[in-house]
Amino acid sequence: MTTAANSYLLETLKDKFPAEVLATHAFRGDETAVIQKDSLAAVAAFLKGDLGFDFLMDLTAVDHSPREPRFELVCHFYSSKHNYRLRLKCALDSENPAAASLTPLWAGANWFEREAYDMFGIKFEGHPDLRRILMYDGFEGHPLRKDYPLKKRQPRIPHRD
Amino acid sequence: MEKPKENLFPKNWNLETLEDGRMVLNMGPSHPSMHGIVRLLLTVRGERVIDSDVEIGYLHRGFEKTCENITYNQCVPYTDRLNYVSPFINNVGYALAVEKLMGIESPARCQYIRVIMSELSRLTDHLTCIGANAMELGGFTVYFYLINAREALYRLTDSAAGGRVTPAYTRVGGLTRDLPPDFKLNAAEVLRTVRKNVADADKLLTRNRIFYDRLRGTGQISKEDAIALSFTGPALRSTGVPLDVRKATPYLVYDHFDFDIPVGSNGDNYDRYLVRMEEIKQSMLIVEQALAQLPEGPINHPDFNVSLPPKEEVYGNIEALMAHFKLTFEGVKPPKGEVYQAVEGGNGEVGFYIVSDGTGKPWRLRVRPPCFVLTAGLSKMIRGGYIADIVSTFGQVNMIGGELER
Repeated sequence: MTTAANSYLLETLKDKFPAEVLATHAFRGDETAVIQKDSLAAVAAFLKGDLGFDFLMDLTAVDHSPREPRFELVCHFYSSKHNYRLRLKCALDSENPAAASLTPLWAGANWFEREAYDMFGIKFEGHPDLRRILMYDGFEGHPLRKDYPLKKRQPRIPHRD
Repeated sequence: MEKPKENLFPKNWNLETLEDGRMVLNMGPSHPSMHGIVRLLLTVRGERVIDSDVEIGYLHRGFEKTCENITYNQCVPYTDRLNYVSPFINNVGYALAVEKLMGIESPARCQYIRVIMSELSRLTDHLTCIGANAMELGGFTVYFYLINAREALYRLTDSAAGGRVTPAYTRVGGLTRDLPPDFKLNAAEVLRTVRKNVADADKLLTRNRIFYDRLRGTGQISKEDAIALSFTGPALRSTGVPLDVRKATPYLVYDHFDFDIPVGSNGDNYDRYLVRMEEIKQSMLIVEQALAQLPEGPINHPDFNVSLPPKEEVYGNIEALMAHFKLTFEGVKPPKGEVYQAVEGGNGEVGFYIVSDGTGKPWRLRVRPPCFVLTAGLSKMIRGGYIADIVSTFGQVNMIGGELER
């Protein structure tokens, strides 16, 4: 997937944010940087502005419960200039998972973040319109959390006029 | 462009007129041109769309949640139902992701067959998109020409996979079955049918004044906006960005074939139409090259911890019997880790992100659906245009409910 010649991009990121980048790995060639939650917006802005990562290909979350911290935000960036993919991960609080929104940088983050909110209950600070997207208003719980039962039944919602 | 106001979308979504002559209009979720089910809440002034809100979620089936509770190979039939117009691409993308997670590669013949099937799927995807689009704009004849071609392709893939729209053809490390002996012959015949039908459609549409006027300049999006919205596939290429996963990061054996990536320049519906028409031709070239180069050999990975052993072995020795049992009940067991695998789907990049905890079931399986971002960008594409242009723009977005909402 990744062109090894462009691995210097990950090194540049590490040099720029020595304290914020907590770990890196390249399992099966997917280069990954684990960063501090609070630095997400700054790192993403650096990726877009200085390193030429123009695409936010995907943004999602993983529930690692019962591991602590429970939630992990996963972003996949792609640079069409360098033909290089980078995964950025950050751990979020278990009780009140929240992260900075990437919508100011990528308009496409809007729906990805709405889905992560809908499915995992992760709040994105600065998101213009954070509401459910696949589920409806009045849905209880967040279905992709590991503690959401597979066969949970939902209460009936009143008919909308 | 006007900024949306607080009361733009009142709770009561019936047709109503706002104080300054704007009107809130509800399009869908059940509307002839909203194929799939999606609701557009439009704010219009006269015939012009001032703003819109796209509401999805009518076809959410919990694909990702389901897959966390079944084994890796049991997920394959569910991937058919993501983009049900090009099921093979989903099958292949998923299988590649699991294989990448396990660090294995399928045999050469399997890779060629996967390419052939992916490209046949791309044909059905584009044919459906253009056919339905033309039908909605009044060109009913074209719809029959192209659906006729699609049906021929379905019969061909059906003969190999045993399923018309839900083939579930791939398995981790291989395929369910090899191509039938007369596949090459039939493929040549089917491609002749497709070429003829596409040529007819081309004559009816490309220089058609009405069709041209409905598509040219509508649903336009700039290169910068398309990139910011994470567009991929024909919608991105219509703006002039030559990004295609098959060329950028070749998977399977795509680097063995000679084909072009068509790009547009205006980023409007007409360019998206032209890009799709050209991709149909390029896909047929790939299929012909792949069939000509198709090597003989096994189609499944030789390791019994990955692929089911042949039946003679299962009945003949204890190791194969045990492998069969373990694979069926526990599933393949990739090591702990995570991978992201992208393939080029009909609408753009289809990505599978899998997190494994070392058991036979994925801990997390995420699909990056290409038309999710396209539908997110629909508001931007229809803003300022006529209500009637939504039909052509929505048709070229080619929203597929199954993959949009999983």
